[in-house]
Amino acid sequence: MLEIKNLHVSVEGSEILKGLDLTVDPGEIHAIMGPNGSGKSTLSHVIAGRDGYEITGGRIIFQGEALTGMEPEERAAKGIFLAFQYPVEIPGVANTTFLKEALNSIRRYRGEDELDAMQFVKMMRKKTEELNISDDMLKRAVNVGFSGGEKKRNEILQMAVLNPSLAILDETDSGLDIDALKIVAEGVNKLRSPDRSMLVITHYQRLLDYIIPDKVHVLAHGKIQRTGGKELALELEEKGYAEFDEAAA
Amino acid sequence: MAATTETLAQVQEMADDKYKYGFVTDIDSENAPKGLSEDIVRFISAKKNEPEWLLEWRLKAYRHWLTMPEPNWAKVGFPAIDYQDSYYYSAPKAVGDGPQSLDEIDPELLATYEKLGIPLKEQEMLAGVAVDAVFDSVSVATTFKSKLEEVGVIFCPLTEALEKCPDLVKKYLGTVVPYTDNKHATLNSAVFTEGSFVYIPPGVRCPMELSTYFRINAKNTGQFERTLIIADKESYVSYLEGCTAPMRDENQLHAAVVELIALDDAEIKYSTVQNWYPGDENGKGGIYNFVTKRGACRGRNSKISWTQVETGSAITWKYPSCILQGDNSVGEFYSIAITNNRQQADTGTKMIHLGRNTSSKIISKGISAGHADQTYRGLVKMSPKADGARNFTQCDSLLIGDQCGAHTVPYIESKNKSAIVEHEATTSTISEDQLFYLRQRGIPVEAAVALVVNGFCREVLQQLPMEFAVEAQKLVGISLEGSVG
Ligand SMILES: Nc1ncnc2c1ncn2[C@@H]1O[C@H](COP(=O)(O)OP(=O)(O)OP(=O)(O)O)[C@@H](O)[C@H]1O
Ligand SMILES: [Mg+2]
Repeated sequence: MLEIKNLHVSVEGSEILKGLDLTVDPGEIHAIMGPNGSGKSTLSHVIAGRDGYEITGGRIIFQGEALTGMEPEERAAKGIFLAFQYPVEIPGVANTTFLKEALNSIRRYRGEDELDAMQFVKMMRKKTEELNISDDMLKRAVNVGFSGGEKKRNEILQMAVLNPSLAILDETDSGLDIDALKIVAEGVNKLRSPDRSMLVITHYQRLLDYIIPDKVHVLAHGKIQRTGGKELALELEEKGYAEFDEAAA
Repeated sequence: MAATTETLAQVQEMADDKYKYGFVTDIDSENAPKGLSEDIVRFISAKKNEPEWLLEWRLKAYRHWLTMPEPNWAKVGFPAIDYQDSYYYSAPKAVGDGPQSLDEIDPELLATYEKLGIPLKEQEMLAGVAVDAVFDSVSVATTFKSKLEEVGVIFCPLTEALEKCPDLVKKYLGTVVPYTDNKHATLNSAVFTEGSFVYIPPGVRCPMELSTYFRINAKNTGQFERTLIIADKESYVSYLEGCTAPMRDENQLHAAVVELIALDDAEIKYSTVQNWYPGDENGKGGIYNFVTKRGACRGRNSKISWTQVETGSAITWKYPSCILQGDNSVGEFYSIAITNNRQQADTGTKMIHLGRNTSSKIISKGISAGHADQTYRGLVKMSPKADGARNFTQCDSLLIGDQCGAHTVPYIESKNKSAIVEHEATTSTISEDQLFYLRQRGIPVEAAVALVVNGFCREVLQQLPMEFAVEAQKLVGISLEGSVG
């Protein structure tokens, strides 16, 4: 599904990722943990194709295809979805309008028929019920005035509607109350399938009680420093990241 | 507005034909000799079989015009206009004598309007919208006339109104925008060739949207239309004008005048979707849109509401205004102005509060992209008698790229202590974050820009009659093509 080889990325002259390797097979869920500022969001942005990052070495292969130079919308159409750490407000644009536009853009790209208003409303009703999202939130402008938790839930709704093959969740659990966390985790688990993979970035092992990862990676100093199973998250929670500082020093 | 979604799909389809209205209709025209003189003024008046008083009025305007300097206070720049290098009258030959029945209209003309999305055959038209189609200097068709006549509404070309109801025309023409008003309006008073006339009798709610569609086709012609709308006591009308022109390398002058009059308890809603040819990316060609629009709320509790979507023209210079004379009268101005490439716009409004408890609201959304420059210029004036008057103004500018400009120039003159004037202004840009967010969801960059801009303009788009809101949203997307990426 996703294969990252020796990835080097710089932002404004300073190197953030320094030879990162990561392979995620179809159907797998990988968790990425790591200290603040270690480059987790940078990695997710680079996979999604955001401007402003200089890739100075290595490559990213998604479903057998090199992503280098591909526009973000094309990556999205090919099935890459990023749940943002900080979802963005779009004033004046209703959430439904935005979602319908996104879905139909992707369908157009894939040569599929667009959903008409009726089909769309029907599909949305199902998804919002599943994720316990109010109609009101659909009518409001995208993320404008949403609480922190509502914004995160809105990201999961978008994921459910767009049905990606690779979903990257960047701290989707931060700011969620326990009930919301469960709903989000359920939403994610529902999407679990043999041909869908997920990259879950988190600071809390609590999330991994609900979303059981196949692998847990520690990103520090620009590289994956260690890879393990679910128990690695527990260990990190106890010991913190100090050992990786020593390793790098 | 839910229609945004459908719209964006259409914008995508239209991406390759940038200004799809840029075609020329190959039709025989009858032109007045080139240039401007008293003889030309007489020629136009004679062509229209006008009464003597109107010719006199035109001549007074012409003589006054000769003495007037060019207005130079607006923040726009262009070479001096050579008024002698233009035709002031151009009519497709077959309709030189005014509109006839649709069967007699040149099929080329019907085809032109169809191509513009304005079918004139009644059975094919937008239900509930009556259209007056003006082609260069003359009206070629007015639809649904008889249906309107049943309720006493008069909707016809101004020329025809001079025959049908000369007293009404004489009573109101030039009373809101006098012939001495400003250089462009004065020129219009001398040489105006067509326009629409609307009269809504007392107590009548006009049963359909009225609309005029202006089209400049001929080369080297100016278009000088004059619209006069009178809403008698307790009446209501919603009126929309649309405009397009072929792509030509030279600039063409459009100097229109619109006068609105609302009597006691009457309401006029006037919407404009202006999409004149804006010139090419380098600023070659395009329409000079120098327009004087003004409404008089003469009666108590009357209301005039202007909504404009200005996307076209090389230069736009217009300030639809309200004179709030009647006590409790209400003036509104909702505006979207989009300038891209080398377009320039200086637009805004004037709200002149004369009566007691008059109120006005100004919502202006300016979007500037490319190397374009635009200015919001507004005046709110509270006269000594305007006790309890209030105004609320909101001016928002959105910048796309770093080569464009947006300026806000609000003038406030308050001579009444009880009057309240509120002004808010913001300037923002489309952020990198917003674009990345939308693109990450699969929305291509141009559609993403259109979506953000439509969101920014939402408050104004919502004011448009349903039938035109979709069209306007499409235009917003199209006019910003090529502004990013
Ligand atoms: N546009 C930018 N300009 C300058 N520095 C940047 C930019 N974007 C990221 N960085 C820097 O890159 C480093 C990695 O940032 P990133 O956001 O990827 O960290 P993170 O691992 O997601 O942290 P957190 O856990 O706090 O979310 C940080 O030091 C950050 O300041
Ligand atoms: Mg982060």
